[in-house]
Amino acid sequence: MIERDLEQPLLRAEGLSRWFGKQLGCRDVSFSLYPGEVIAVVGESGSGKTTLLQLLSAQLVPSRGRVRYCMRDGAMRDLASLGDAERRFLFRTDWGYVHQDPALGLRMSVSAGANVGERLMAIGWRHYGQIRHTAGDWLARVEIDGGRIDDAPYTYSGGMRQRLQIARNLVTRPRLVFMDEPTGGLDVSVQARLLDLLRGLVAELALAAVIVTHDLAVARLLSHRVIVMKDGEIVETGLTDQVLDDPHQPYTQLLVSSVLPP
Amino acid sequence: MSAPAYNFAYLDEQTKRMIRRAILKAIAIPGYQVPFASREMPMPYGWGTGGVQVTAAILGPADVLKVIDQGSDDTTNAVSIRKFFAKTAGVRTTTRTSEATVIQTRHRIPETPLGEHQVLVYQVPIPEPLRFLEPRETETRQMHALADYGVMHVKLYEDIARHGHIATTYAYPVKVNGRYVTDPSPTPKFDNPKMDNSPALQLFGAGREKRIYAIPPYTAVVSLDFEDHPFERYRHDGSCALCGSAESFLDEVVIDDRGGRMFVCSDTDYCEGRRGVGEEGAP
Amino acid sequence: MYVAVKGGARAIENAHALLADVRRGDRSVAEVSLEQISQQLALAVDRVMAEGSLYDRELAALAIKQARGDLIEAIFLLRAFRTTCPRLGASAPFDTARMDVRRRISAIFKDLPGGQVLGPTFDYTHRLLDPGLAGEADVAAPPVAPNEGTPMRPVADLLAADGLIERPAASSADAAVGDLTREPLSFPAERDVRLQNLARGDEGFLLALGYSTQRGFGRTHPFAGEIRFGEVEVEFFAEEVGFAVPLGTVAVTECQMVNQFKGSATEAPRFTRGYGLAFGQSERKAMSMALVDRALRARELGEEAGAPAQDQEFVLSHSDNVQATGFVEHLKLPHYVDFQAELGLVRRMREEFALRDGADALRDAAE
Repeated sequence: MIERDLEQPLLRAEGLSRWFGKQLGCRDVSFSLYPGEVIAVVGESGSGKTTLLQLLSAQLVPSRGRVRYCMRDGAMRDLASLGDAERRFLFRTDWGYVHQDPALGLRMSVSAGANVGERLMAIGWRHYGQIRHTAGDWLARVEIDGGRIDDAPYTYSGGMRQRLQIARNLVTRPRLVFMDEPTGGLDVSVQARLLDLLRGLVAELALAAVIVTHDLAVARLLSHRVIVMKDGEIVETGLTDQVLDDPHQPYTQLLVSSVLPP
Repeated sequence: MSAPAYNFAYLDEQTKRMIRRAILKAIAIPGYQVPFASREMPMPYGWGTGGVQVTAAILGPADVLKVIDQGSDDTTNAVSIRKFFAKTAGVRTTTRTSEATVIQTRHRIPETPLGEHQVLVYQVPIPEPLRFLEPRETETRQMHALADYGVMHVKLYEDIARHGHIATTYAYPVKVNGRYVTDPSPTPKFDNPKMDNSPALQLFGAGREKRIYAIPPYTAVVSLDFEDHPFERYRHDGSCALCGSAESFLDEVVIDDRGGRMFVCSDTDYCEGRRGVGEEGAP
Repeated sequence: MYVAVKGGARAIENAHALLADVRRGDRSVAEVSLEQISQQLALAVDRVMAEGSLYDRELAALAIKQARGDLIEAIFLLRAFRTTCPRLGASAPFDTARMDVRRRISAIFKDLPGGQVLGPTFDYTHRLLDPGLAGEADVAAPPVAPNEGTPMRPVADLLAADGLIERPAASSADAAVGDLTREPLSFPAERDVRLQNLARGDEGFLLALGYSTQRGFGRTHPFAGEIRFGEVEVEFFAEEVGFAVPLGTVAVTECQMVNQFKGSATEAPRFTRGYGLAFGQSERKAMSMALVDRALRARELGEEAGAPAQDQEFVLSHSDNVQATGFVEHLKLPHYVDFQAELGLVRRMREEFALRDGADALRDAAE
């Protein structure tokens, strides 16, 4: 069980809504995320889950509602009130963002070592040997052969790129990681390996995470709680095992029953 | 039609005032690129218009001007700019570094140490040290504002990973006054140490890119590096064939068509000074 | 014995003298006059004025003569001269609706009040070289007819009256207009500064970008709503007398493009605009400018903006041919010191490579 400080969630969404012209992105989403907790947001495409992720990570401004985040000094801040400098700093240190397409989250033509070391250099590390050594450690942790440290990710397979992206995000030990379909586009066997890796890292580093996925298996393996979305609204939410084993809402039942047994 | 009458040093006083305001702002924020409304000058953009505008704005009738390109007073561009100021300002010109009060330079810092009464004006083609890593101006402006220089060190890291050394040999980026990462202009990295704690005022003009920046006297200027790959002063293998100096930056001259070569000082005034030759006053 | 090369100054003087000589050419051939250039190469003069950003036919003709026909060199001369001109103020906006029209066409209406006035144009000529122009020949006076004085209401106004085209963005008469010659360009740039940048931008560059939008790199579905060429009054509001004083007339070409319509949740769909304006009879320039102006408004109009013509930083940073030629041609300046630095590094790396190679060879040989 996770230790919960019921006083202080890490991230809190309050009545989050977003329209694109007349098109609804999502409506009235509220929930709290606590340190070390993983929430999966599941739904089909068009459910609003990606819009929600972008709102939570301050990449979109809500049409209504707000997102509050607990800064390192303990203050709860409305993300919309952060300045550019603060937002960029959060992205560099406290947060990670894993894109579905790893090319978006990596510098493709720069070596793996430089990719992992960049955040360290951005926060002031100035010893090449130490940066390289730390990068090498992380490559090992994500099961990438250390001999590939000087290769650029465009020479990597899809699964390796994704693992590199994860390493690049985790090297500064963020408290919160956003993941957008982290296993999307990968082979089934590669997915399984990646999920195992993620599960281990999340537990080991006590990461909090918001994972958007259409794949219930990912939700089940990685998350403590799940939010089910349809047409921009939350349909059901609760502990993952409970929701997936005993779905109450018809839509959730439909989702669960349509998953092919492994 | 009659020939137009030009103001002292070509630019009108309003324009000079505008440029001096930009210079003052630059001095107040060492290493920060101040935008300014660069004018079209009678020489092409890319050929020193930024340096010329800075020099024109600060020149007074009592000043003595030296102009060098690649370290020499006699290269065509240096001659052309020196003549321009001789004609439009009538100031005394010299090839002697020690006699000049204003030195405009392209791609070199004079070997002779500069003094508090001197101003060094650099011609800068691309003022933005991050430009080749990030082509967007909106992005690089943010990076400077937030002191977000991680990408600069990524480049240096890559060099070491790939070549074993940092592969930048000229326009080697420096950190000024502990705050702004700055491009010293395409001077060889050999010259970087001269920028640190210099008694002279260093001004940088980029006409086409419309930026002015400055390093006030006695300011810390540190070349970017890693602790375990520190900045190395480049050492030539050899000395000047004419004056024997082993301390100055050397030009390689091809002397016959069998590929024979010799090395001579790039700084012609310095070399002549050592040999006790050289002309008085302007060539 | 190597002697450091001297004589750069004399070499330059000799080069200047040689330039003056080849500029003049064969002394037995008549020297070209500014009047001939201004009249018979009028479109070259128009271009030099437009991109030199200075309206003076005589100076532009002089610049062309001095530049030996190299128009970008002439534009540079005119711009450098412009720097020396004192700034007195800004004129009132041209009222192109009151233009003394010499040519006015619209591609979106077959006919319209005031008619399609073809004016002097290459448009319908057959591009067959005419040997008749090789020598001097008499040219007959063209047919004339009295001007009926039918007012030529701008096509954009006709469409706007029915609400079919977007109205120009409302701005107060006192709003300060950006001035690129006083404040350097910074991004994102507003439309006033963008238009100023494009007005003095290189015709070839804008032509290529405009063309690219037609070929799919940022489609805007353009129609030539109206192109008009003629004289407009330049008026300057003089504080001392309290009214606008006419300073004279300039010839300009104006192009209104009618583009892809746009609606939103709160507004009915309307056509959108692209605008081009240039000194002289510079149709290609005005049209290209209008295409690029519209492309640069992509984001403002909620469109996807990934094509080069839609990229503000790309277009506006590279449109000025005086800047561009300066920097491209600066590569001719000595770069031997920076090159020397690179030589040093490459040689060192080659030595290290050779050592490694040699060590590998030894090792391979030993195994």
